[in-house]
Amino acid sequence: MSLQFLLDGLIAGSMIGLGAIGVTLTYSILRFSNFAHGDFMAWGAYGALVVVGLIGGSLPLAPLSFGLPLILAMAVAMGLTALLALALDWLLFARLRARGQSIIVVMASFGASMALRNLLEFLFTSSPTYYSRAIQIAQPIGMGIRITADQVALLLMTLALVTGMHLFMQRSQRGREMRAYSQNPALARVVGIDVDRVVRATWIIGAALACAAGVMVGILVQIRPLMGLDLLLPIFAAAILGGIGSVPGAVLGGLIIGLSEAAAVQFVGAEWRAAVAFMILMAVLLVRPMGLFGVAER
Amino acid sequence: MSILDVRNLVAGYEPGLSIVKGASIHAAEGEIVVILGPNGAGKSSLIKAIAGLVPITGGQILLDGQDITATPAHLMIRRGLAFVPQTENIFPLMTVEENLRVSGGVLPRSEVAPRIDEMFQTFPDLARQRGLMAGSLSGGQRQMLAVARALMVRPRVLMLDEPSAGLSPKLVAQVFARLADIRQAGLTIVLVEQNARAALAIGDRAYVLVEGREAHEGAASSLWDDPIIAELYLGHRKEAS
Amino acid sequence: MIDLLGYGAFFLSTALIFGLITLGLNLQWGLTGLFNVGIAGFVAIGAYTSAILTSPDTPDRVGGFDWPILGGWLAAAVLTAAAAGFTGYATLRLKSDYLAITTFGVAVVVQLVALNATGLTGGPFGVAFIPRPFAGVQDQPVLFNLVNLGVIAAVTLACYLALQVLSRSPWGRVLRALREDERAAVALGKSVQSYRIQAFAVGGAVMGLAGAVQAHFIGFIAPNTYLPTLTFQIWAMLMVGGSGSNRGAILGAIVVWAIWVGSGWVSAAVVPPDLQARAASLQIVAIGVMLCLILLWRPQGFFAPRRVRK
Repeated sequence: MSLQFLLDGLIAGSMIGLGAIGVTLTYSILRFSNFAHGDFMAWGAYGALVVVGLIGGSLPLAPLSFGLPLILAMAVAMGLTALLALALDWLLFARLRARGQSIIVVMASFGASMALRNLLEFLFTSSPTYYSRAIQIAQPIGMGIRITADQVALLLMTLALVTGMHLFMQRSQRGREMRAYSQNPALARVVGIDVDRVVRATWIIGAALACAAGVMVGILVQIRPLMGLDLLLPIFAAAILGGIGSVPGAVLGGLIIGLSEAAAVQFVGAEWRAAVAFMILMAVLLVRPMGLFGVAER
Repeated sequence: MSILDVRNLVAGYEPGLSIVKGASIHAAEGEIVVILGPNGAGKSSLIKAIAGLVPITGGQILLDGQDITATPAHLMIRRGLAFVPQTENIFPLMTVEENLRVSGGVLPRSEVAPRIDEMFQTFPDLARQRGLMAGSLSGGQRQMLAVARALMVRPRVLMLDEPSAGLSPKLVAQVFARLADIRQAGLTIVLVEQNARAALAIGDRAYVLVEGREAHEGAASSLWDDPIIAELYLGHRKEAS
Repeated sequence: MIDLLGYGAFFLSTALIFGLITLGLNLQWGLTGLFNVGIAGFVAIGAYTSAILTSPDTPDRVGGFDWPILGGWLAAAVLTAAAAGFTGYATLRLKSDYLAITTFGVAVVVQLVALNATGLTGGPFGVAFIPRPFAGVQDQPVLFNLVNLGVIAAVTLACYLALQVLSRSPWGRVLRALREDERAAVALGKSVQSYRIQAFAVGGAVMGLAGAVQAHFIGFIAPNTYLPTLTFQIWAMLMVGGSGSNRGAILGAIVVWAIWVGSGWVSAAVVPPDLQARAASLQIVAIGVMLCLILLWRPQGFFAPRRVRK
């Protein structure tokens, strides 16, 4: 029996986990489930595509399928996606948040999600596209597993981003402020925490990570307008499984779902992949709604 | 010269429904001012309004001569005004040390660690628990942490909302002894309290708030001895624990 | 002229089916405050249930039960109610976001099952030859359209009246109270959970019924009929019409469907053929923006009776 599914699961889990971090932060700090988060991933992927097209040239760093231009483009796209998130908050979410009913903000995010996704379809059509057509050779690394250079690079990128996030949340002042605010918003203000900065940081981090996840999907799979929507359910499930508000939980939840999906593909059939996230979600909600690392609702 | 001067303050959560109805209090530098009164008098709302947490619709607040009536809550600490709420006054999922550290956000980075050490010297019990989750502390220790947190940025004025709430008499005595100690450093303390006896024991002056405004003012010692006031507003008959 | 009449009947039939779904959503959201992001999934459950039970036998797929149309519709309503009830049970004791996410998941999974459980649902080809009411007049298009409109209008009217009665009943008043102030209602001793699950289930039943009616109206269904776009259209319809109002739900459905179809004509007339697909996307962008603008500027919608408070 090939253990390839373990690697596939790790990769899918990384993509899901990176997206789930943003969702869990948005929920714990801004108190709503952002249905447009998947579309941040898609916009990030397309943003990098446009920028790398503008920069010109592919110059891949062998054995990778991409090179400095794409890396640079991703950095720029992260900034652009962050701007998109901040703009959306300023135009829409912040105003509705001020009115109180958080479920209205969720509804708005659903409307925004439809608009964003179809705008991508309008601009780029619904056909899949790619950063590079270069074929990657998969090298065997034992136990029946084969891995490509791109996969190695992107797994390392995920590790770096997740580690960076962890250090940021634990050691930096802004990270502490975000954690404090999510635990007690009123006390946070009393203590001198500037809420606007915390909100901005939340959107910037969430969007940047979503962009990274989107580019990762774009490099390893393909780029298409629906790419974000397809990952939305696994991302939500991962955030809830990990315990809403917990960044390590989101990552772990992502990995668990990624591995479960890959196992399902291997042993049941690829077409049932999307049902796995839903089943895990239902199981969590019925058995332990607070998830692995979450706290009981205040 | 008052360091804190509240003039005819009108405040409340709903626009037409004021809880604070034209209250005026003041505190001189280095004083401990106690605010007493029956339930519903608006004591908590008064200091929350000063802290920027309850909307103000009338009146003025001066801190060391500066008008802070419209200052948002998160900037109060920069003006030198610290507030310890009655409940949920620490971050439960952060350690004792992190609680102090996050409160030191307005200090220059180099001053944070030394200041934390100073706090641990003032509150040795907290030092022993520096790595524990704040949520796992007992009631009395939480109160100490909440006070230490407020003192991190060397405020000029420290306001506390019923620090004795939920504490046993022994712990109440400890907390109040601490408050008396830290006053030495020239700090002004404004204390809203239900436990009149303990508060008046350390206070210099006291106000009695009734229905949203101050109804009586006087030296703390004489207030305790005034029988009519005591009976009506401080509840001598039934001892508040 | 006759063509116009026939087309008009067709348009109104489609609009009223949307209106019926929107009535179901109004019970869930307008009356009870529950956010259902998986409307398409519940509609699909109803549609497939009725289709499978009533359509003739087909190789490679379960069928041939030959149930009468009304039986199919009834089963559709009941099964969808059960699905909605279970979804509600799993999530309603938690924060409202969880219901939103779970219903989203339901729609995804229903789509998945419809696409892959070929033995049950016919896979990508769906279910065809779904019996039409009054199939006898199928060869007279205008009459057929009018008859269909009659059936759909009758069902919609019946549901509208039933929902009006329900919302004015003691049961409806409890739901309204729960939506306004949960703590007070709980203090009155009402089981919050149980009422919400019931409301969600009944709303689901209406959606399932609408799905079944639509299936029998068109004659065939496929997984593509039940995409997130449908969920989105219904939300736009309810928001335009006025959440909380049954009348608003139906009027909103007619108006939004008219805008949808109208903008489709405009783009077909103005946009060159090779760009038509992209114009369709822009249409959805416009509706999405409209939904957000309504939430910002006129959350109470346009067609609710004045006395309905938000």
